[in-house]
Amino acid sequence: MAKTYFTEDHEWLRVEGGIATVGITDYAQEQLGDLVFVELPEIGKKLSKGDTAVVVESVKAASDVYAPVDGEITDANASLSSDPSLVNSAATGDGWLWKMRLANEGQLEGLLDEAGYKAHIG
Amino acid sequence: MTGEDTKHLPLEDLHTAAGARFGAFAGWSMPLTYPAGVMKEHLHTREHAGLFDISHMKLFEVSGSAAAALLNRACPLDAGALEISQSKYTFFLNEAAGIIDDLIVTRLGDERFMVVANAGNAVTDEKHLRALAEDFDAKVDALDRVFLAIQGPEAWAALARAGIETGSLLFMHGIEPRQNWFMSRSGYTGEDGFEIGLPEADARNLVAKLLEDERVLWIGLAARDSLRLEAGLCLHGQDITPEIDPASAGLMWAIPKDVRAAGHFIGADALRAIVERGAAQKRVGLKPEGRQPVRAGAALFDADGNPAGHVTSGGFGPSAGHPVAIGYIHTALAKPGTRLFADVRGTKIPIEINSLPFTPHRYRKG
Repeated sequence: MAKTYFTEDHEWLRVEGGIATVGITDYAQEQLGDLVFVELPEIGKKLSKGDTAVVVESVKAASDVYAPVDGEITDANASLSSDPSLVNSAATGDGWLWKMRLANEGQLEGLLDEAGYKAHIG
Repeated sequence: MTGEDTKHLPLEDLHTAAGARFGAFAGWSMPLTYPAGVMKEHLHTREHAGLFDISHMKLFEVSGSAAAALLNRACPLDAGALEISQSKYTFFLNEAAGIIDDLIVTRLGDERFMVVANAGNAVTDEKHLRALAEDFDAKVDALDRVFLAIQGPEAWAALARAGIETGSLLFMHGIEPRQNWFMSRSGYTGEDGFEIGLPEADARNLVAKLLEDERVLWIGLAARDSLRLEAGLCLHGQDITPEIDPASAGLMWAIPKDVRAAGHFIGADALRAIVERGAAQKRVGLKPEGRQPVRAGAALFDADGNPAGHVTSGGFGPSAGHPVAIGYIHTALAKPGTRLFADVRGTKIPIEINSLPFTPHRYRKG
C-alpha cells in the first residue's frame, strides 16, 4: 500500500514497494509560478539526501529540488520535457518529477505526514 | 522577508487586495505577480492592456533659464532642440562614458523639463543632478507622484473609457493633461502604451476606473521583466551599468551626431575615444536552443571553447515561445546567426546571436 510523506522543502514522496515517486507540493508550484523548463535527472544516478535532483525553472528563476532521502533514480517524468506546466496544473499527480529506489527506508521516519506538512506551511 | 528600510508603494493596499505576491526590487517591496501568473500577465499585456505600478521610479522636474544647459551637460543631449512635449531617451554618463542611469527627458515648456529615472538609481541621480545644477541657473525638484504604466494595444481605448483622451499624443511625447499630472506615450514592453505620473488621490480614482474595464489587468514586475526582455530593452544594473558605455551597449542611436561632435556632455572625450578605437564588446540578443532558459551571469564560449562573453539578462519569452537573453560578446563575434555555447550549471547549451527585439515593437509613431 502506498504511503505519502512530505518534506519541509515542499516535496512529496509516494512510497510503494521500496520505490518513491517524488514531486513538489501544490504550495511550492504556486510559489514558483509558471514553469517553463524542468531539468530531469539521469536514470541510474545515485543521490544522497540533500543533493540537487532536479532544477525547475520558472519564467523568472531557477530553483533546485533536493533528494529527500538517499537512493538511485529509476525513472524521470519525460512528459515534463514537452509540457513543464504539468507541474503547475497537477503538482501531486501527472506533474511528478522522478522515481527513486530507496537506499535506506529508515530515513522516511524523519519526514512529515500530510497533517505535519499542513502545519508547516501554516 | 523585507527589511525595515524597504520602501512601500503608496498603492500597496490595492495590490494586496488584488492578491499580489510581493518581492524586493531596488529597495522597494514590489508586486511580482498577481493570481493570473506571469505567463498570463505577459500575454494579456501584448493582447489587451496591462496596468503596472511603477511608482518606484522617480520623476524630477528641471526648470530655470539654464535648465536646457544643465541637461546638455548631464546628458549627451541637445535639450534646447526638443520641441515642447517631445521626449528623448538618454543617459547620465560618468567621465569614463559609463552609464550612471538611462532616462527619459521630456520638454514641458520653454524652461521646464521632466526627467524620469530608474528606482535603483534615483538617489544617485538626484545627487548627481543637484551637484551639477550648482553651476547653472536651474532648479531640480523631486516630485511626489504615483507613477502608473498602461501598456498594450488596448491601452489607449481603456484610457479613453476612463475619461482620458490620448488621441494626438504620439510615441515618445509627453504632456501635462491635468494639474500635477504627467502623461507620456512610452513604456517598457515594446507595445503602444502610456506612463502617467499623478497625485495619489487621482491615481486611486484612475485605477478604479481602469480596473472596471475587463481589458485591463494588474501586471507584476516578473512580467514587466519578460516583456522588456523580449522587446530588447536594457535593464540598468544588468544590461547597462556605470562600467558600460553607450557604444558597447549598442545605444549610440540615442546620441545625436552633432551632440557627439560638440562634446559638451560629461564623458564626451571618453566616448569619442571608445568610438574611434571601436568597442571591444557589443550587446546582443541571444536565443538559446531548446526550452532551457539561460540567465544573467552565464558565461558564453565560442565553438572552440574560448571565452566569448556573458549573459546579462535571460529568461523565458512567453510571446516568443522560447528562452530569450541579452548579453555582451567580443565585437568580432557579434553578428546575428553566430552560434555560441552558454554554460548552465556545467552543461553547454547552444545559443545563437539573435537580432533584437525578439518581438516586434508596436509603438504608435504617427
